[in-house]
Amino acid sequence: MIPESFFFWVRGTGFQIAVALFVGGMVFRMAALALMARRKSLAEPRGSEWGPGLRMIWRRSFVLPQLGFRGKLTFVSGYLFHLGLLLVVLFLSQHILLLRSVLGFGWPSLPRGVIDVAAVLAMAALVVLLVHRVTDPVKRLLSDFQDYLSWTVTCLPLLTGFLLSRNAGFDYRTLLTVHLLTVELLLVVMPFTKLAHMFSTFGARWYNGAIAGLKGVLP
Amino acid sequence: MIPNESLGTLLAQRGVSRRAFLKFCTAITSLLALPPQAVHAVAAALEKARRPSVIWLSFQECTGCTESLTRSYSPTLETLIFDMISLDYHHTLQAASGTHAEKSREEAMKASFGKYLLVVDGSVPLRDGGIYSTIAGRTNLDILQESAKGAAAIVSVGTCASFGGLPKARPNPSGAVPVSEVIRDKPIVTVPGCPPIPAVITGVLAHYLTFGELPALDRLGRPVSFYGETIHDRCYRRPFYDRGKFAKTFDDEGARAGWCLYELGCKGPTTRNSCATTKWNGGIGFPIEAGHGCLGCSEPDFWDAGSFYTPLAAATVDVTTVAEAAAAIGAGAAVAMSVADEAKRRAARKAHEKMTVKDL
Repeated sequence: MIPESFFFWVRGTGFQIAVALFVGGMVFRMAALALMARRKSLAEPRGSEWGPGLRMIWRRSFVLPQLGFRGKLTFVSGYLFHLGLLLVVLFLSQHILLLRSVLGFGWPSLPRGVIDVAAVLAMAALVVLLVHRVTDPVKRLLSDFQDYLSWTVTCLPLLTGFLLSRNAGFDYRTLLTVHLLTVELLLVVMPFTKLAHMFSTFGARWYNGAIAGLKGVLP
Repeated sequence: MIPNESLGTLLAQRGVSRRAFLKFCTAITSLLALPPQAVHAVAAALEKARRPSVIWLSFQECTGCTESLTRSYSPTLETLIFDMISLDYHHTLQAASGTHAEKSREEAMKASFGKYLLVVDGSVPLRDGGIYSTIAGRTNLDILQESAKGAAAIVSVGTCASFGGLPKARPNPSGAVPVSEVIRDKPIVTVPGCPPIPAVITGVLAHYLTFGELPALDRLGRPVSFYGETIHDRCYRRPFYDRGKFAKTFDDEGARAGWCLYELGCKGPTTRNSCATTKWNGGIGFPIEAGHGCLGCSEPDFWDAGSFYTPLAAATVDVTTVAEAAAAIGAGAAVAMSVADEAKRRAARKAHEKMTVKDL
């Protein structure tokens, strides 16, 4: 059983620290990326930036036709995981209560059954991706500590949240404390690892497209 | 009442039938989560039990605990049992006052030294020498330490005596502490609640009289049989929680249909008590049945756990301001870094010397 004072800390000061590090770190990293000094291109542009930039954001959302089974597996699992996570994080009624208390506004929730399915799919996809990462020789060589850290800190809140919703194993206070702790860990880790892609991914795609557009190489 | 007469005799004198007495013993046995065979032992022990001397000290409290216990669905066997103990000192209930009252406490302590039960309601102020609550010119701390010396056991009744309660709420101006922080060498049973359930007191007393020892207690000194499960675990609205059906306001369709009050701030999931099973007012109901969420009144520091109407999932502190400040600091740091980078580049460009034929 978790002492009451620790439970209060996790809901109070601990949450404040985690949010401060997440928001501050994320704003810093995104602003630093946007403000990064770049060499002025002296070449005459062969096309526009915006059209190809936006097109790249769209194009990169699809499976490349030349990918084999394992490549497609990564894409499908990746989609399932992201979709599931998004549904669970943004549309579980308890999460909307939390977001409402922070943002000042809320939105309708999805039924519990839908959230449960989304959570299970997201966790299953994470497991598939991990197995693939470990068994595929190329992927294994490409993986470093940060990849496994990202996987762990992302999976833990899903798992503890699922146990909490089922009241499984421990009492509600213990499960809620552990769930909040894992969420706070994720919030702290996110801005400083590759998990920061949650905000940078579309900007990065746009940048790739825009560069190609300027060079006039995008079809 | 004759002090030496047994409980059985006294109950018989009050017109309590043997059948009613056994029914009471069965109820208490089941409340204490004892096996059914123990009913006979409980009955036999209670029948023969002499009136135990009880000294009741009231410190920083509101008398709500006493109101709850004495005005509980009376007249029942619980209150009769309550009458049967030799309550030798109790501010609210005793007839004597002034020096006579204090004298009766001292006499009772002397007469059954080492055997009496000490019941405390209210917290003990420690700041500035404990002057914020005094009785007959003596601080609560002083009286508690003196009375605890000869006590067989201490029962902390209510959240204030158990965990500090309202007086200990931030900023705790009187330096209030629970009994357990003052007395460390005596067995202490906590019966938290604001107020606590009367049957718990009777149960603890019956257990003590039957077995000569206190019932099994949890980490916070609470009898496990009463505080082993959360309100949420035994709540009749639990199926709605599991199906994600929540009342959004106190008078919407969901509230009228009896849906879960989680989103209206119910603290049932984190509160250990037996309100949902033992119930109040003669078994009529408990707060959630009346349409209001659980306040978590039997949990430590429940006053400081955020608003009663803040859902357990929501933040209990101001996170928005923290996030805004963090965003400003993050953006400022990024701009400062960018400006510093630009300055460095400019300096590098300035320091750059063009290579001439001479250099070659």
